[in-house]
Amino acid sequence: MRFFEKILKIDRRWIFLIVGIVVIIPLIFPIGMPVLTTPPVRSLYNYVDKLQGTGKAVMLVTDFDPSTMPELLPMACAILRHCFAKKIPVYLYGGLYSAYVGMAEMALEKTLPDFPDLQYGKDYIFLGYVPGVSLVILGMGGSISGTFNTDYYGNKLDTLPLNKMVDNYKNIGIVIDLSGSASPETWVIYGYQRFGVRIGVGTTAVSAAQYYPMLQTGQFVGMLGGLKGAAEYEQLIKKAGIPTGRLEATIGMDAQSFVHIFLIFIIILGNIAFLITKKRKV
Amino acid sequence: MNISTDIWVWIAALLTLFIYSFLYKDNPFYKFAEHLFIGIGVGYTTVLLWFNSVIPKLWNPLVHGTSPMRFFLIIPILIGALMFSIFSKKNNWLIRIPIAIYIGAGSGLAIPLDFEGLIFEQVKGTILTKSMFNSFIVGFSSIVLFIGVIATLVYFYFSKEHKGFVGKTARVGIFYIMIAFGASFGYTVMARVSLLIGRMQFLLHNWLGIIK
Repeated sequence: MRFFEKILKIDRRWIFLIVGIVVIIPLIFPIGMPVLTTPPVRSLYNYVDKLQGTGKAVMLVTDFDPSTMPELLPMACAILRHCFAKKIPVYLYGGLYSAYVGMAEMALEKTLPDFPDLQYGKDYIFLGYVPGVSLVILGMGGSISGTFNTDYYGNKLDTLPLNKMVDNYKNIGIVIDLSGSASPETWVIYGYQRFGVRIGVGTTAVSAAQYYPMLQTGQFVGMLGGLKGAAEYEQLIKKAGIPTGRLEATIGMDAQSFVHIFLIFIIILGNIAFLITKKRKV
Repeated sequence: MNISTDIWVWIAALLTLFIYSFLYKDNPFYKFAEHLFIGIGVGYTTVLLWFNSVIPKLWNPLVHGTSPMRFFLIIPILIGALMFSIFSKKNNWLIRIPIAIYIGAGSGLAIPLDFEGLIFEQVKGTILTKSMFNSFIVGFSSIVLFIGVIATLVYFYFSKEHKGFVGKTARVGIFYIMIAFGASFGYTVMARVSLLIGRMQFLLHNWLGIIK
């Protein structure tokens, strides 16, 4: 009995310490637990894959900042690698808010060295920040160059070859919004509902549950949920023989699994301790 | 072990440790990192907005442009400037003008599309059709979804006392809500652990070079 009373009064810092250890050990000594692919991830992967050779571009939007980078940056890198390897044109858009553009730049820095043949302006374009949020999404339905004028580097968009072929949603095969906020809903409302452009989403695990209804209605083509979603996409491009770089999400999955086992254990233990001590008091 | 020689990696690593030191207890290192983060965040956003918004969208067209239409830009500038009337006790009522325009335009844009995207499409998604029952799994899931939507909506219907049939349906709704909370909580735990894993990977890979 005293054991259970002690459990209920345990200093939370011990839990933090154990979680830290349970994360560090599998990172140092990985065992490579299997990462199984779920239908929402496969659906997004297949949709992007089928754009190869159609001339339609992928618009990848990095609507996240450093606070959600561990989950969303691996997704950005994996999707970019997929598109670059399959020669699918890419509009990399640095997000609806000003703080996000650095994430897009980071994703490019991590992926470009593996694809030295790519030509800027022909194979991909990097769009920076312009204010307006929903107005930017609506504006791109008319003209991307009219909405942005210049790319991230200051080049006039209408001088770039890719922009001459793709200047609005008609030739955008899919907009993939990687988001740590509610921006996928904004893309659905103003992009999908207004212009019919297909939307894919990569989201933090916190937000994943709220987006399943949109997946069920077909408003999203597919969804990557949290680190697990990123790891699944990494595995799919690895199977396709695409250069993967460092598989950051996959490497983290061992630690993720072990922490979950530990948390399940302490939740059960905590509840048993609570019930037993409560019964004793009665 | 291959410790980084990049000064920025060291700074990032030390700031990460400063922030995590809060898990033990509040301390000056944590306070320093917290204040630094807020200061840099505000400064970064201000500079970015200035150079990506004010200069290219207002200053350059107005000062360096040649179109006579450029003078129309003065109207939104003046309306926007009224936001600063908040600092005047006598004239702070003027702030209502830009806020009214902002809310009016925003609502006009959002309401019809919100209804279409977030309500009508979702209602459509709950409609049971014959084709759903071609597959047992899809059919069964559709019925579970249908019952869940109805029961949850009944739970949030407060104009009738939750007794009898309404009460029982609302009780079913509570089960659905609890399951949704559980799923959401599980995902939240996963997200927080992912962030910790990301930082640990940075410390062990980028900083200390212990892992590949």
